[in-house]
Amino acid sequence: MNIVVIIKQTPDTETVIKVAPNNKQIETSGIKWIINPYDEFAIEGALRLKQKLGGNVTVISYGAQRVVDALRTALAMGCDDAVLIDDAEMKNADFMRVTRALAAAAREKNPDIILIGSRTVDYDQGQRGAILAEQLDWPHLALAVSMECDGTNVVIERPVEGGKVTLEAPLPALVTFGGSHAIWNPRYASLPGIMKAKKKPLVIKKLTDLGLDPADFTPDKARIRITSMELPPQRKAGKIIDGGLDAHGKARELVKLLREEARVI
Amino acid sequence: MARNVCIITEFRNGEFRRVTNEVASEGRRIADSLGTGLVAIALGHGVSGKAVDLGRFGVDKVYVADDPALEYYLAETSVPIIAEMVSGIDPAAVLLPASVDGRDLGARLGARIHVTLLQDVIEVVVGDDHTIKAKWPLFAGKCFAWCEWAEGVPPLLSIRPNVMQCNIVDENRKAEIEPITVPIPVPRTKIVKYDLDTSGKVELSEAEIIVSGGRGMKEASNYGILEDLAGLLGAAVGASRAAVDSGWRPHSDQVGQTGKVVNPNLYIAVGISGAIQHLAGMGYSKYIVAINKDADAPIFTKADYGIVEDLFSFIPALTEEVRKLKEC
Repeated sequence: MNIVVIIKQTPDTETVIKVAPNNKQIETSGIKWIINPYDEFAIEGALRLKQKLGGNVTVISYGAQRVVDALRTALAMGCDDAVLIDDAEMKNADFMRVTRALAAAAREKNPDIILIGSRTVDYDQGQRGAILAEQLDWPHLALAVSMECDGTNVVIERPVEGGKVTLEAPLPALVTFGGSHAIWNPRYASLPGIMKAKKKPLVIKKLTDLGLDPADFTPDKARIRITSMELPPQRKAGKIIDGGLDAHGKARELVKLLREEARVI
Repeated sequence: MARNVCIITEFRNGEFRRVTNEVASEGRRIADSLGTGLVAIALGHGVSGKAVDLGRFGVDKVYVADDPALEYYLAETSVPIIAEMVSGIDPAAVLLPASVDGRDLGARLGARIHVTLLQDVIEVVVGDDHTIKAKWPLFAGKCFAWCEWAEGVPPLLSIRPNVMQCNIVDENRKAEIEPITVPIPVPRTKIVKYDLDTSGKVELSEAEIIVSGGRGMKEASNYGILEDLAGLLGAAVGASRAAVDSGWRPHSDQVGQTGKVVNPNLYIAVGISGAIQHLAGMGYSKYIVAINKDADAPIFTKADYGIVEDLFSFIPALTEEVRKLKEC
């Protein structure tokens, strides 16, 4: 079975975000980069699938050379080979064109299933899976919190507001991973894994290698663009309710404030 | 006549979900700024009888597809129908809910009609020259960005639930109805099971009040005191990542950068220290109350009201006070 996992390298979730002087992107200096947590769940899903059904797991990503670290980590976790789309024009591309390049790279692997995180913890758009599925004309099972696959069909559970849906689709299909660390418990790279990863194939591709025209990826072709970025208004620390009161006294005071000052209860 | 603004509704269990009314109200506001009309696309089972009511929120006309096959959302059935309708309507902008299904629908629709979606919008501005700009939170709200679309590209945006005001234009206003005649595609994906929680539990992402417990709760069974308080307040119960990772609460309750980003009127953080990834997920709440016995916990820097107290003595006292309030 040919399994493709698509990952993105994102700032660690502990990162304090600052806006760059041009006001259009974040300050990236000094950031610790990690594999997007939801994509890490997808890697775990892929490796479990390979353990069960056999096959090959290819991990695909895009971005600057630093992304090689993320791909090596994925290889150390147990993926078999990696592809990095590293093209200067990708930097300016909007979501739709990024996914076009990812779809082209995935197609080359003739996948039976593509796994990807439901969203990235940086831009938080949660669009990659749905767009890829549309571009490939595949079924898309979104936001999986469980996945079962017998090599012919794939079944997932997906939470919706106030409930849970179980969905089934025939392969080839695309699954996006929701859930949490507690649900997927992605494995750590073992020391032997890290040693082996150094010898596993990691191919760097340009857009032209994927049969795409870099001219379609220039900034002027963007259908959407960021005009400015800002930090949220700083919340000021409010009042500490004390006044020498005991727990009951403080509770009474809080209820009064929520009722009369904030008017929220 | 200027091109209309179009919204896509969300209909489940015989009702439009509240976020649909929020999207309709925002759609009306944008349409008024552009001096144009507001139309809606409504898919669902049993939706035709309810669609006229969207008129209350300022919708002029609703295109309706009412069929048992549309009872639950599936991208492969909904997206081709909606794409064809949107192409025919040729709208100035398309708005839909940034709900679980809406996020999926919007992204796939955008790919199909070659328009780039902006997901999870919290503010829309219409300029004097009728250009539309929209703001969305990045990094779970650690940062905001404003976006605009290239000339000739109609903005497609999903609107975050619980942010826009519901605005009834006229209680008796009825929308005009037009049936959709686009055939329903046969999906490859099938719905095996649809379990709806009928316990009346309030959905976290749409709750007006959230009572959330963290590491300080110590064990799963202690959440009972938060559930009692939440029950009285009509609130949802949330949790920090620490609590979810400990297995005390399901992941669907997790608030933060790797959980849900919430924006209730009131967020009560109980025994939560306030790690940066949690603060990102709830920092957009209108009022924040923090209860922690550690006076130096970072959560107090974000809280409108802070209480330095042992939660196990404070929460029952608070519940008692809220009960008194509700009884009078």
